[in-house]
Amino acid sequence: MKASEGIETPSGHEPDERGHFGRYGGRFVPEALIAALDELAVAYEKARADRGFLDELDRLHRDYSGRPSPLTDATRLAEHAGGARILLKREDLNHTGSHKINNVLGQALLTKRMGKSRVIAETGAGQHGVATATACALLGLECVVYMGEVDTERQALNVARMRLLGATVIPVKTGSRTLKDAINEALRDWVTNVDETHYLLGTVAGPHPFPTMVRDFHRVIGLEAREQVQAMTGRLPDAVAACVGGGSNAIGIFHAFLDDPAVRLVGFEPGGDGVETGRHGATLSEGSPGALHGAMSYLLQDTDGQTSESYSISAGLDYPGVGPEHALLKDLGRATYEPVTDAEAMDAFALLCRTEGIIPAIESAHAIAGALRLGRELGPDGIVLVNLSGRGDKDVDTAAKWFGMIAEGESAQDASGTAIAEGATADRTLADEPSPAGADTGSVQR
Amino acid sequence: MSGVGSVFAGCREQGRGALIGYLPAGYPTVDGSVDLLNAMVDGGCDLLEIGVPYSDPVMDGPTIQAAAETALRAGFRLRDLLTVVERVTAAGGRAVVMTYFNPVLRYGVDAFARDLASAGGLGLITPDLIPDEADEWLAASDAHGLDRIFLVAPSSTEERIASTTAASRGFVYATSVMGVTGARDAVGGAASGVVARCRAHTSLPIGVGLGVRSGAQAAEVAGFADGVIVGSAFVTAAETGGVDGVRALATELADGVARAGRPAPTPA
Repeated sequence: MKASEGIETPSGHEPDERGHFGRYGGRFVPEALIAALDELAVAYEKARADRGFLDELDRLHRDYSGRPSPLTDATRLAEHAGGARILLKREDLNHTGSHKINNVLGQALLTKRMGKSRVIAETGAGQHGVATATACALLGLECVVYMGEVDTERQALNVARMRLLGATVIPVKTGSRTLKDAINEALRDWVTNVDETHYLLGTVAGPHPFPTMVRDFHRVIGLEAREQVQAMTGRLPDAVAACVGGGSNAIGIFHAFLDDPAVRLVGFEPGGDGVETGRHGATLSEGSPGALHGAMSYLLQDTDGQTSESYSISAGLDYPGVGPEHALLKDLGRATYEPVTDAEAMDAFALLCRTEGIIPAIESAHAIAGALRLGRELGPDGIVLVNLSGRGDKDVDTAAKWFGMIAEGESAQDASGTAIAEGATADRTLADEPSPAGADTGSVQR
Repeated sequence: MSGVGSVFAGCREQGRGALIGYLPAGYPTVDGSVDLLNAMVDGGCDLLEIGVPYSDPVMDGPTIQAAAETALRAGFRLRDLLTVVERVTAAGGRAVVMTYFNPVLRYGVDAFARDLASAGGLGLITPDLIPDEADEWLAASDAHGLDRIFLVAPSSTEERIASTTAASRGFVYATSVMGVTGARDAVGGAASGVVARCRAHTSLPIGVGLGVRSGAQAAEVAGFADGVIVGSAFVTAAETGGVDGVRALATELADGVARAGRPAPTPA
């Protein structure tokens, strides 16, 4: 199964010609950007019917980013999930460490075809920024990445990676200084420099054609996983779990199962400190319809339509909006969305480290926590497919602090190993692998 | 004739362009913004463009972003906008509202139009709403007799200029450059071209915005456009000179648009 199949073959779930998924999507942007969006839509339609483009993308996926990504049968993790079988789609093993490269390679090739020389991008956790910087280095494009100042601090490793790859990283100091504000700044840059610049948007949000095009570039995740699950188990999974910030990895894996009504599709949103505290980023669970960043969708907003600040331990999920197709899937009831708190996600993070030897991105740990929930519901006969969308190297500092292995303000790199080796002294301890008997994820005691 | 249309017609009769001045409602406070807007009318603004402070102003540069943040931090609520419109209208000003669309969506498009009209507002400028997505607003503005000012950009195709001007009422807002709001030393050379392209499709007045800050620039723009829109420069004037500052700037700009000396209509 090649990436090109998800691009050249329409999914059967297309928006209308102006990019509306039901009442969602469309284009809520300044007129100045319409010409560029039209140009992009035309370039994409041409490219998806062009064998040369599709072959080049497939070649990069195979020889450069390492597709297909494997499916891992997580048997030791499954002991904590009511005995259900947990299958991990290993997007963390792609080059640059997450699913983001799938979309970036496609859009970077399109940038070249449109004759543009400069790429801008927003990034939250830095995964999309790193992937974009990587593709720009590979294809000889100038790269500028906007990143909220708060995120440059909590994801410092990725800032360094982007700079090593030749990108200019601009910390955004307005608003909440996170992903939302990075997108605002990227849009301002784009409206000013649109002639020579492509805005390489990193998720399935934004104005048409981004939600559809980015989705198509990620459909390969689900298309591969569907075949792999069938080959491994002889049937389809009972449920598919993915984390949802903007929603790109979730839409990528969900799409291959939309027409299989027996397969539950569940997106796990950042519950932060718990939705009841108001400090969270659970847009679909707690938000309401509105227009933000170019599209109609669900968003977190106050009664005046001002965007609310989101919160999550995970920079990549810390966003008060979400892609419009998810909004439609929610309204249709085809997918459901549930919050997972920081604490639940970090418990799952620790458990995956200790049972499978995989350090996940904290974003993806939300999906793992969700899969544990689903597994316990389904019981021993159940099969849960999880999109393990990224690896956790970038999160080592955050995790080490969470588990009390290093002090605030200290970095894992300068803790000279002792604190980490000794384990924690704070109120959260990373214990040895817990007994699976506990119905709770329970590995980490607060 | 529409409310805004009569403002432009009045200026044309006097043989000059219209001066349109922007400030956010609630900046620096609700009362303070009313005083500033009234001073702008005193100084010579023909039409006020009252901004709605919004959390994610993607069309705005740093000056207006900062003013919006100030207003929001001071506790601005959407109902304050209607108060400001009502008070400046009662004082003799004529006003349209500039707003990103989500606050209107959240309020309810028809309810917002109804309440804006009853506060005395003449219409809406919508920087992130294109006519293609505006069905609800088109109906509400018709129902409540409001003007609707859509934007045209240097990058707009002929086809889009035709459809955008056809959907507009009151005037058409032509952006002088590709970019966000903010004072510039030179107003883009693209501006006169955009205005000329609009005129091929509409008889509506054309206002030019983005970048104007001085009387000389206002005179230059009024030489080819029907209205000159000034935003960031008024915010800066309010910041540094308060009520006197914005009145002085309005006077300078009003002198500029008059100096441009558009030919007065021949007496019948």
